[in-house]
Amino acid sequence: MGERRERVRLEGIVKRFGAGETEVRALDGVTLAVMAGEVVGLRGPSGSGKSTLLNIIACITPPDGGRLSLGDGPVWEGGHYLERDLRALRRTRIGFIFQFHNLLPFLDATDNVALAMTLAGRDLASARDKARSLLDFLGVGKRAGAMPARLSGGEAQRVAIARALANDPPIILADEPTAPLDSERARSVMDLLRRVAVERQAAVLVVTHDEKIFDRFDRMVALRDGRIDAAAGGRA
Amino acid sequence: MNLALRDIRHGLGRFLVTCVGIGLLLSVALAMVGIYQGVVAEALALTRSLGAELWVVEAGTRGPFAESSRIPGDVRAMVARVPGVAEAGAITLRTAEMAAPGRIIRAQLLGYEPGRPGGPSNIVAGRGLGGARFEMVADQRAGLAVGATVLLGGDRYRVVGLTRGLVASGGDPLVFLHLRDSQDLQFKLSPPAARRAAAAGVGAGNTDTVNAVIARLHRGADADAAAETVRRWKHLSALTDAEQSELLTRSVVARARVQLGMFTVVLLFVTAVIIALTIYTMTMDKLREIATLKLIGAPDSTIIGLVLQQALLLGFVGFGAGLALIFAVRDRFPRSVALGPEEIAVMAAVVAAICILGSTASIRAALRIDPQAALGG
Repeated sequence: MGERRERVRLEGIVKRFGAGETEVRALDGVTLAVMAGEVVGLRGPSGSGKSTLLNIIACITPPDGGRLSLGDGPVWEGGHYLERDLRALRRTRIGFIFQFHNLLPFLDATDNVALAMTLAGRDLASARDKARSLLDFLGVGKRAGAMPARLSGGEAQRVAIARALANDPPIILADEPTAPLDSERARSVMDLLRRVAVERQAAVLVVTHDEKIFDRFDRMVALRDGRIDAAAGGRA
Repeated sequence: MNLALRDIRHGLGRFLVTCVGIGLLLSVALAMVGIYQGVVAEALALTRSLGAELWVVEAGTRGPFAESSRIPGDVRAMVARVPGVAEAGAITLRTAEMAAPGRIIRAQLLGYEPGRPGGPSNIVAGRGLGGARFEMVADQRAGLAVGATVLLGGDRYRVVGLTRGLVASGGDPLVFLHLRDSQDLQFKLSPPAARRAAAAGVGAGNTDTVNAVIARLHRGADADAAAETVRRWKHLSALTDAEQSELLTRSVVARARVQLGMFTVVLLFVTAVIIALTIYTMTMDKLREIATLKLIGAPDSTIIGLVLQQALLLGFVGFGAGLALIFAVRDRFPRSVALGPEEIAVMAAVVAAICILGSTASIRAALRIDPQAALGG
């Protein structure tokens, strides 16, 4: 097996909210790398900076210092983004899995997945074909025509994973993806993410408090007060 | 993939109820526009029906609609001999109340000589006036049927024909009578009054008086020249049809037009605000979906398309509902609701503009939605 490629790299990332006496350093020099095929868990108490870190990697929130690289090169460096179209970057390089699946309620499972592909320029017919095969791959092929309101929590989360994988992104970010699921389904979702990481050589970063799935990660990164908490098992 | 249509289909019931609400509002706005146009159309209905090109009235007046005008009946023969005049007819105009079985009908009585200008151009039921007296042709708006009888000035009149859409500028239906009958109604003294006048030595007076003489001209004749010829008689004044029409719309119904116009503008403003608020609410209801779209990389054009298409669909489905409603009930209005293709096209354009402008605030709000709103619980 050859050397694995680095998909995400954060170097000395700083993020401050507020100013003066009310200033809070949400992230204080975080350095972290996630490799292709790796599934990394991100944990920490509330307010430790997990969501901020995820938002910075997703290019939703700009950092105040440091350097962010996604795949081939830096996207944020020297106080500004190096990419002009951040949404295009998200469309093609990042897949999102949300805590509450966030499927569009007016599209069926197939079209929720196909939408991500049509936004990236794929024609609708082939997007639907690929969406169906992704739903089959994730074990919800029989629910392809169901509206989100008719899907169970586990099914909806699998559809959301299919949507995240639709454009074959090298990076998958998940925010508490197992929170609404029972233990069995939570492990099942994590096994799926692992399979995706391995088969598609994607870097998977998962924010979670769910201790019952900690054993499903290649490694856990712990955050405390905006810093990686080595004592709690965190490592960059 | 059309997200706007898919979202509407998903919440079709709610969307249709909203459209009905907007439709009801737009039906009121359409009614106001129709009534505004109707006031103008009604004011001009009689002059257009009569087809007069010259109006001869009392000197110093702008009668017979704007002011009272009385001229001798023999003026008709004088006007008929003016160069360029093809035919002339004497008319009287008077507002009166007629007693029909079980109700009183307020109407504008127009007296004319059958066979001469002044009669209705189109009879929709029955026949026009003949030589016999105590007959009338009434507009359908009076609610009388052919063969009905009404009591007018102590005499019983029979309805022999009906017209459609002929009303006075005030909205009263027009009733056509024989000139002789209308002159008696208007100028003949009642027997006690006649006896008193005779005792005072002033006589009962001459009833051969009319309010105006109207004339049609030979093809190619100059209406202004004919009017100038008539004005040389010091006791007469003359108006061309264009002058009469302008008088009717600029003076007779001017206040009503301005009032209705102002109310229409206010109503359209209220409509615009309500449509804008409805679009804004519809957009904010999709806050999480829009945040998710942004997070998965949807460009601004997708978000704008979603809001704008729904705004336009809401406007046009509501407009269609409002239009259907107003066409279904407009005959029940006491005054004409004149909505032609031009008014409908203009209102459609106004609704489109309202939807586009009304959705700008929603689009701005949608574009400002933070993708982070899709994250977390």
